[in-house]
Amino acid sequence: MTVLSYLIPISLILGGAGLIGFIYTVRTDQYDDPEGDARRILSDAWDEHPKP
Amino acid sequence: MTAALHPQTAVCPGCSAAPVAPVETAPTEARLAISLPTIHCQACISTVERGLGAVAGVRSARVNLTQKRALVEADPDLPPAQLVSVCEALGFEAHELDLAALAATDTDRAGRELLLRLAVAGFASMNVMLLSVSVWSGATDATRDMFHWISAAISFPAILYAGQPFFRSAWGAVRARRLNMDVPIVLALVLALVTSLWETSLSGEHAYFDAALALTFFLLAGRYLDHRTRAAARSAAEELAALEVPRAWRLDGEGQEAEVPVADLRVGDLIRVRPGGRMPVDGDIVAGRSELDRSLLTGETLPVLAEPGDPVSAGEVNLTGPLTLRASAVGPETSLHRMADLVAIAESGRSRYTSLADSAAKLYAPGVHILSAVAFVGWYLFTLDARVALNIAAAVLIITCPCALGLAVPAVTTAASGRLFRAGLLVKHATALERLAEVDTVVFDKTGTLTAGTPEVVNLGDLGPDQLAVALALAEGSAHPLARSLSRAIRATGLAPAPVEDLREIPGYGTEATLSGRRLRLGRAAWVGGTGAVAETATWLDCGDGPAVAIRFVDALRPGAEQAVRALRRDGKRVLLISGDTTAAVADLAARLRIGDWVAEALPEQKADQVAALTRAGHKVLMVGDGLNDTAALAGAHVSISPASALDAARVASDIVLLGQDLSPIAEACRVAGRATRRIRENFRIATVYNIVAVPLAIAGLATPLIAALAMSASSITVSLNALRLR
Repeated sequence: MTVLSYLIPISLILGGAGLIGFIYTVRTDQYDDPEGDARRILSDAWDEHPKP
Repeated sequence: MTAALHPQTAVCPGCSAAPVAPVETAPTEARLAISLPTIHCQACISTVERGLGAVAGVRSARVNLTQKRALVEADPDLPPAQLVSVCEALGFEAHELDLAALAATDTDRAGRELLLRLAVAGFASMNVMLLSVSVWSGATDATRDMFHWISAAISFPAILYAGQPFFRSAWGAVRARRLNMDVPIVLALVLALVTSLWETSLSGEHAYFDAALALTFFLLAGRYLDHRTRAAARSAAEELAALEVPRAWRLDGEGQEAEVPVADLRVGDLIRVRPGGRMPVDGDIVAGRSELDRSLLTGETLPVLAEPGDPVSAGEVNLTGPLTLRASAVGPETSLHRMADLVAIAESGRSRYTSLADSAAKLYAPGVHILSAVAFVGWYLFTLDARVALNIAAAVLIITCPCALGLAVPAVTTAASGRLFRAGLLVKHATALERLAEVDTVVFDKTGTLTAGTPEVVNLGDLGPDQLAVALALAEGSAHPLARSLSRAIRATGLAPAPVEDLREIPGYGTEATLSGRRLRLGRAAWVGGTGAVAETATWLDCGDGPAVAIRFVDALRPGAEQAVRALRRDGKRVLLISGDTTAAVADLAARLRIGDWVAEALPEQKADQVAALTRAGHKVLMVGDGLNDTAALAGAHVSISPASALDAARVASDIVLLGQDLSPIAEACRVAGRATRRIRENFRIATVYNIVAVPLAIAGLATPLIAALAMSASSITVSLNALRLR
């Protein structure tokens, strides 16, 4: 049963990482324009170099 | 309303010549918003962003495709009209938006906070549920205790953070000595946490950490759905308000025009109003001659003549010639604003209504408390063991907790509002759907609601081809709505305009020209020389070779008006027409739509009185109207609808806004609302059935955390699926 002492912290840390990631995306307004963001990826304007 | 959102500069006109403080806050950057209703793809985004970025003075431009608008950071002196014309040159319909009216949508703090709480509750409940599953499947002794302790360590902080909306609302209710849905929720959460911790410390078998977290998660999901539906409606309503950018052209000492925000106008200013523009202030005409459309204020369709010395009120539309006004009342002092304020005072139909959720909570909350208290006292007297009694009381509270009740209403309202939005209706108020379902009487306004406000020629056949050719030539010289409609109608017959000379428009009267020495006139009866009374809207044509002839018009019906009236009547609703327009015009329209009950020449107070009288007689009235003269009636009715073309004040007073031109969705909305209310009641019944099955188990002391988890999830999922059937 000692394996539990590794597995439980690991599952908590992974879940926590997901939660923190989600909080980060909400805080940085990444859900403001879901439709536009889905389509912007099709634009070839900044394919050669990143937007300055 | 729009004007009220603007900051008022607290400077009296007399002192403004000598400002007290130096002007130090000159903005170095302006943010502008442009509405682009037709953009739909990636190519549109690139084209607009590149086009706007190329304009001198623009620092950055970013398109939001979801909201269909562009946000531009630019130099403060860049006129927004230039950006609009750039977008139009690129082939996109564009309108300037008033950012002050949009401000609330940008920072949707409450929604974001709820979403974060929902995420935390979801994360915690998933983890605790995993641990609980292993306990249910047979973990014992030290392993079970360890799992319980870990669950406790996750649950306490998670519920303290995620449950705050419930704690706050329950505290508010208790302090006001009331009971709402949140009081049993909070009691269940607290009792579950406390007894579970106690059990855990005594190495007990049953801990309800997972149930408490699942409860928080489901209830937050209901709150979030509810919030999002309302936020979407609010943002769309704000967009409608923001489209009316309040600007005016003020004349300075040398007669130069300058564009200024309406909020900056002062009494005594000279203001130029161009044809097609709306009066920004109350005032008197000092120069110019034109005709005014007062239909939004009074319901009259016939334009009235405006000459120097005549008073005008804010909200009237200038039709033909440019006018110069001297402002006599601005901002909140205008008659438009004062009438809008009256509406706020009038008793609103919605304040008398108790929502289904509230009436359910009123029955439910005391019942739950009594049941759990009885279980506690009964078991304590039976076993004299406080631990067992408390455990059973907690189980009763958790199992009866209004999880499904919390989801029952928001899930249905979200699904129904989404469906109505696709049909072109914007549901602004939370209980509007429930109230709409009860409606048995529909009152329509005429001008601008049942009619489109655009005139249609009726007696084209009375004129010979020569007269028609002359009428076409004259009509094309004016932008007056009657002239535009006339020229469209004659063009449709395939005639070419007569070769007239010296065509000129005389604002307020009509157009005049010459053809082979004869003087031709098209316009007002008195000016052209028309004789004989004509009941309808009419313009007169004088071809210089005989008596003037009348060209008569009727107001065109709004698309879908006939279907809407017919469908409403088929559904067993009584339909009435109450208008401020003349008797002849109203009688004609009522006959066209086969509406038996109609009232003409009604003043705004009479409209509101009629609605109040119907309400007193026990009817549930749906008012559909667009003008300022309807606002009191809109606010007083049980539920109200106004078209998007209505005045801001009317839109604010109504519960539902019709986004398109078509009226036919109104009947559909009544049916959807009826179905939505039925679904809500069904959901309440489903939740009750679950309780009836589970509560005896809990009181008998047979409920385990597994049964609680199953009952809660199953009822929440059933309720949500039942709501989704509406889509």
